[in-house]
Amino acid sequence: MSEDDDRVFKALADPTRRFLLDLLFAREARTLTELESEVEMTRFGVAKHLRVLEEAGLVVVRRAGREKLHFLNPVPIRLIHDRWIDKYTERHVTALVDLKNALEDET
Amino acid sequence: MTTGTPALTTQVYRVWIKATPERIWTAITDPAWTVRYGYAAPAHFDLRPGGAYHSSATDEMREFGRQNGFDIPDRIVDGEVVESDPPHLLVQTWRMLMDPTTAGEPFTTLTYRIDELKSQPGVCRVTVTHELTGAPATATMVAGSPLDEAGGGGWAWVLSDLKSLLETGTSLDGV
Repeated sequence: MSEDDDRVFKALADPTRRFLLDLLFAREARTLTELESEVEMTRFGVAKHLRVLEEAGLVVVRRAGREKLHFLNPVPIRLIHDRWIDKYTERHVTALVDLKNALEDET
Repeated sequence: MTTGTPALTTQVYRVWIKATPERIWTAITDPAWTVRYGYAAPAHFDLRPGGAYHSSATDEMREFGRQNGFDIPDRIVDGEVVESDPPHLLVQTWRMLMDPTTAGEPFTTLTYRIDELKSQPGVCRVTVTHELTGAPATATMVAGSPLDEAGGGGWAWVLSDLKSLLETGTSLDGV
């Protein structure tokens, strides 16, 4: 699954793409036209960024009639949280517990 | 999502899981499996159009309720099966009964789609679409908080845990 993580990190590494995710977090189900109006970029540029986000699984596209609606999919971020951040938080907590034990032993 | 986020009427969640569609279907619809991930509530489905659905409270939930001074109902979620096409499509209505506010909201519609990837045999794309028209409290609840503790994680957390269980044999709690 590390290939999936690569795609997510790569997608998140760009400020425009993070901004697009923020827009979708604030209000979902947006069309390309709506998103394009909020970014100083060509339609082609925005479409390309959305494609990268879609390939990373961060954006899911649904068709509603003639419109293509974009939704934020938080699951890949959750997966990174569950598999990476939790791990380091745990270590952090363990370090504090060790420190507490060491300090208390001294007294 | 964080407090103050406007409630969304449709939420879409997608996860890729290395498992057969049949295993994923069973993990969603069989109480012996639903107790092993997410909120760990046994789910009971009568898998035909119009068939009843409910999830029951666990002992942990009842204990939590007792400690916090409120009653947890025996049925924490209820609804009806709209469409069942194993192992690819499940459409159901869904109402959260644990909280008086969500219990008073209309039934929402929940769709599970399980698609096997042609490009990556053995991997399935699971898409959960939750239509939450007229149910803002339920919408806030199922959206969860991406970085919150287990209980507040909503669908993103449930699907992350489901993936973990099916791919590694253990949930994120290590159970």
